[in-house]
Amino acid sequence: MTAFVIRRLLQSIFVLALTSLIVFLGIYAIGDPLEILLSPDASLAERDQVSRSLGLDRPLPWQYLNFVGDALGGDLGRSFVYNRSAVTVIFERLPATLELVLTALVLSLLIGVPLGLWAGVKPRSRTDETIMTASILGFSLPNFWQGMMLIMIFSVTLGWLPSTGRGQTGTLFGVQTSFATHDGLRHLVLPALNLALAQIALVIRLTRTGVQETLPLDFIKYARARGLSESRIVFVHVMKNILIPIVTVLGIEFGSLIAFAVVTETIFAWPGVGKLIIDSINALDRPVVVAYILVIVTMFIIINLLVDLMYSALDPRTRARPA
Amino acid sequence: MTHQEPAPTGGAVLPPDAGGEVGTSAARGDSMAGRIAAGILASPKASIAALVCVFLIGAALGAPVLAPQDPYDLTAIDIFDSRLPPMSVGYEGQRYVLGTDTQGRDMLSAMLYGLRTSLSVGLTAGLLALAVGTALGLVAAWAGGRIDALIMRTVDLMLGFPTILVALMILVVFGQGTWKVILALVFVQWAYFARAVRGAALVEIGKDYVEAARCLGLSSGRILFAHLLPNCLPPLIVIGTIQVASAIAAEATLSFLGIGLPITEPSLGLLIANGYQVLLAGLYWMSVYPGLLLLALVFAINVVGDRLREILNPRLVR
Repeated sequence: MTAFVIRRLLQSIFVLALTSLIVFLGIYAIGDPLEILLSPDASLAERDQVSRSLGLDRPLPWQYLNFVGDALGGDLGRSFVYNRSAVTVIFERLPATLELVLTALVLSLLIGVPLGLWAGVKPRSRTDETIMTASILGFSLPNFWQGMMLIMIFSVTLGWLPSTGRGQTGTLFGVQTSFATHDGLRHLVLPALNLALAQIALVIRLTRTGVQETLPLDFIKYARARGLSESRIVFVHVMKNILIPIVTVLGIEFGSLIAFAVVTETIFAWPGVGKLIIDSINALDRPVVVAYILVIVTMFIIINLLVDLMYSALDPRTRARPA
Repeated sequence: MTHQEPAPTGGAVLPPDAGGEVGTSAARGDSMAGRIAAGILASPKASIAALVCVFLIGAALGAPVLAPQDPYDLTAIDIFDSRLPPMSVGYEGQRYVLGTDTQGRDMLSAMLYGLRTSLSVGLTAGLLALAVGTALGLVAAWAGGRIDALIMRTVDLMLGFPTILVALMILVVFGQGTWKVILALVFVQWAYFARAVRGAALVEIGKDYVEAARCLGLSSGRILFAHLLPNCLPPLIVIGTIQVASAIAAEATLSFLGIGLPITEPSLGLLIANGYQVLLAGLYWMSVYPGLLLLALVFAINVVGDRLREILNPRLVR
């Protein structure tokens, strides 16, 4: 186990180093930071001076090591737009994104699991067919278009819910969150639904497969033989056995929700990291873009590492794979 | 591994004599095509979806003939006709069935050309990813050991990151453009093919016909691409179908975010993005119709893919 953990840690560090190298080469070496930092009519002497002060006249490997050194100290440059540390700007926006992602995750479970159970206990029935077709429709719906349609229906036509922004936030357990106010919750509904829809489709499929694999097993037959009610069998015995794979996959899907939050936040003008990265790309705010990529990649590496470690703790067979 | 064929071409295109050598592959291929056709026809849902796919591909191919207007020809567009709702009659008496956009462009024409762009980008990316992924998957299964470990760890790594995020990062770092979008999509999708092919190939490698081919002294490249590959096709067909749909959706999303295709070749995603600007003003047709078209395309491909999975899944074959 220890060997496995060490191997996975080294692998994670390698990936992070590789990403930082690619980002560095792509953004700093191919592009010219001077173009952005200096006005077009800057003199040659001015260019030289800025270039020296930024270390741009040094050889590339030195620049890269310098970049990595700064990054390790949490310094990824100052945002051109906000004139503050890029990392700070990102961490300020992160809670809004996490709030959205967690709500979507909970929604996908609350809606997806019951529908998946329903489809699973009646395989090949009309209910099953309908739910499964709806789930294909769910993940075929282009996320951004689906969000626009939600706005059109619920904000423009019906006028029930606000379409943009996070609304009023309140303090709950010392954290600024939309959960705390009625207005905040109203603002949360559409973006969370938008983000959750594709996940609901996925949870339905997972649950249905799980139910169909569990139902023919002996312990279910035994439970039937004992005369347990069908609802008890489904909601207690089957449920227990399918929740583990669902929860594991949701751990991974958490990452994909953070990715798709970029789209949702852009449509609903939700002030999280996803909208920040798109705004920063458009404003050519390179330090924020670089910081976003490195922070998100680090986050994913940690999530993937935790999932792997969890697997290997639960299932020793996965440890045997050669590195 | 000296006999390896070049990766990008070797994976997708079978040599002409692929079927003839072992004899079974050709017959198997025929029966598989027959099985797929029969399987799709047996399901009304899948039949309709397949029909929609064929219809949309036809519409995309025929866009220059079918479109009432050339949306790239600025002289054909009349600014007086901008923002007209569906079924309006234009300045010169022409009818705009699906309305016009903010520049006075006929929506139907713009959508047909957008469909063409979306489909060609999605298909190109899907097929390239299939070629690269298949080649690497076969090599991993055949070579084993360190090469296998290296390729499969890379696959695990790729699958740990969401498609859209990696594509976004690649485009941010390396800049935009049609080919860059395609390359970004290939980069994020090859891993799905590699994993599936390796799994199928590992099963096949243990079979007698591979042993026989080895005893005949055939080269590794020939055994891999002429004998193993045809027998690994079922999972590839399923994943290929679904990945084309996902490539089309991903391209649309990237274009919507403004980091995808250039505005000179508006795909469906870009049309929707343009419509988004005026959606709150109630000009719904500029985003609703292109979105419905994109949905129809992706949904139809996914329904066919889902049916293919049922038909080709070895666990369900009786």
